[in-house]
Amino acid sequence: MTAQIPILVVVIPLVSSFFCPLMGLWRKGLCYFWAVVALSLCVLASFNTLLTVVETGTIRYRLGGWAPPFGIEYVVDHLNAMMLVLVSVISLIVAIYSKRSVEQELPEKITYFYTVFLLQVTGFLGIVITGDLFNLYVFLEIGSLAGYALIAVGEDGAPLATFRYIVMGTIGACFYLLGVGYIYISTGSLNMADVQQLLPQLYDSKVILTAVAFLLAGLAVKMALFPVHVWLPDAYAKAPSATSALLAPLMTKISLYVMIRVLFSVFEPHLSIERLPITDIMVWAGFLAILGGAVMALAQTDFKRMLCYVVVAEVGYIVGGVGLANAIAIKGAILHILNDAVMTAGLFAVAGIVMYKTKSHNISDFHGLFKKMPFTMATFVVGALSIIGVPPTCGFFSKWYLIHGAVIAKHWAFLGALLLSSLISVVLFFRVIEIGFVFQPSHEGDTHSGGHTVTMDEAPASMLVPTVVIAMAIILIGLYNQTILSNLITFAVPKL
Amino acid sequence: MFEFIVGYYNYWMYVGLMMIGFYAMMAKRNLMKKIIGMNIFQSAIILFYVSTSVKKGGVTVPILEHAHEAHEAHHAVDIMQYANPLPHVLMLTAIVVMVATLGVAVAICIMIHRRYHTLEEDEIITSIKRG
Repeated sequence: MTAQIPILVVVIPLVSSFFCPLMGLWRKGLCYFWAVVALSLCVLASFNTLLTVVETGTIRYRLGGWAPPFGIEYVVDHLNAMMLVLVSVISLIVAIYSKRSVEQELPEKITYFYTVFLLQVTGFLGIVITGDLFNLYVFLEIGSLAGYALIAVGEDGAPLATFRYIVMGTIGACFYLLGVGYIYISTGSLNMADVQQLLPQLYDSKVILTAVAFLLAGLAVKMALFPVHVWLPDAYAKAPSATSALLAPLMTKISLYVMIRVLFSVFEPHLSIERLPITDIMVWAGFLAILGGAVMALAQTDFKRMLCYVVVAEVGYIVGGVGLANAIAIKGAILHILNDAVMTAGLFAVAGIVMYKTKSHNISDFHGLFKKMPFTMATFVVGALSIIGVPPTCGFFSKWYLIHGAVIAKHWAFLGALLLSSLISVVLFFRVIEIGFVFQPSHEGDTHSGGHTVTMDEAPASMLVPTVVIAMAIILIGLYNQTILSNLITFAVPKL
Repeated sequence: MFEFIVGYYNYWMYVGLMMIGFYAMMAKRNLMKKIIGMNIFQSAIILFYVSTSVKKGGVTVPILEHAHEAHEAHHAVDIMQYANPLPHVLMLTAIVVMVATLGVAVAICIMIHRRYHTLEEDEIITSIKRG
């Protein structure tokens, strides 16, 4: 029985999403509990998988008992065991968090929201767990299609933003598919481990070079790397709060995970580092993404849009970190995938709470929120400090490794971009914090007692508790980063 | 040069189709035309996959060929004798994915049309800006 647990990670959300509409026909309220129960089981299964991987090493699960090059194989090593836990835990937290916000924003669509939510998580987990290139494409599209549906039900302008996302996302997925096609016609295999064995003799072939180019270009669109990030801010800023709390931390991080897989598990690391200038291009792409994202974030007046551009900059950190191509920078980049998913989940959760209470996500509507919602704003400050990179929070440690890696690689431009973007983050978040502390009494009201009439009006517990849990996770991951590094991430870094 | 073009004509055709679709997705301002472009783009990839497994001259389906000779152990499969069925099977899955994408895109077009009464991108943007 325990041998079947890796497949359960994907099967539980998939099967439960089919039963969700049936539940909704009977009682609407049940869908929420159904989703939470399914995702809790999923978290248990993924934790079990993680522990097994730490104890016994890589798990290989054959679907239907077919041997690898012919059948589809699920491979769980240290890197994707960590990703499985990350994805399932964040989706569980967001699912618990989403109850009140979905009831308020989408009162008629609760059933369908949770159905698609579960499918979305299925897509994410499938991408992470699979060891087959084509299977990955299918899960990528399951995840993207569910994401389109979840975003499209958002506020005014969301359908158009979704449409643009569909066009961009389809181009990305099709490029990935083309890349897989080129690999298939030259090796005759789709299994990642098998392809890695077969490819080295073909590295001079132009077909393989085209495949690398298509795979990475497609993934760059999916992960919103700077010049092709245009779909992301509109789509995530206009999505419902619960959707953006789920998608913004996970979708981009999972595409980054796929990029690391393609570079290091499908191709040999030396192909992208020595034979082709891929990693050099990646550092500069990361450099541009960090600066572009940070500068664009400064120009925003909308809190969610600002966070979206912060996500764009964070993608640049990770792409650049992998591109630096030394063990410490890659370690930092992988740790940053984990940290950034947790940080952005926390910040978007705060944005959702503010949206729930004030019906707005403009920065100017943050007035007096520190008095109104002290706990929410405390979690916001923790998240903000982590994005800036202040020591006890997790953001500091990954940034430290990235900076250390940049120094080792002697890539001063990237180092400068990292430091500059930290400075810009300080400006970004202190602007919000400042507005939050200042309370401007409304002009109709009694001006001289304005400061005292503010009563505490905290978010409902079902939203607040998950957000506080994320904030605690930010600090705990920071404190225990050595444990995570030495038990998981060290094994994920390729030997260079 | 002539050999290069004629010998790989299937690839040239898929590249041509793909570029037509790509152009429509990027340059057209009407959302329905963008969807049509997206469909052409995806179909080009399907044709690419299918054309990679084509072989000329009396090739057949591999499984039928060997069903009669099951008693002959270690019968080597001559790859020149059969057309690889795997790309076709992969494309069945890809077609399903692409139909789903098309469905979602058209559904979102309907949503947009209900809200803004037009499918021209410029007009939608002005009506969003007007609030």
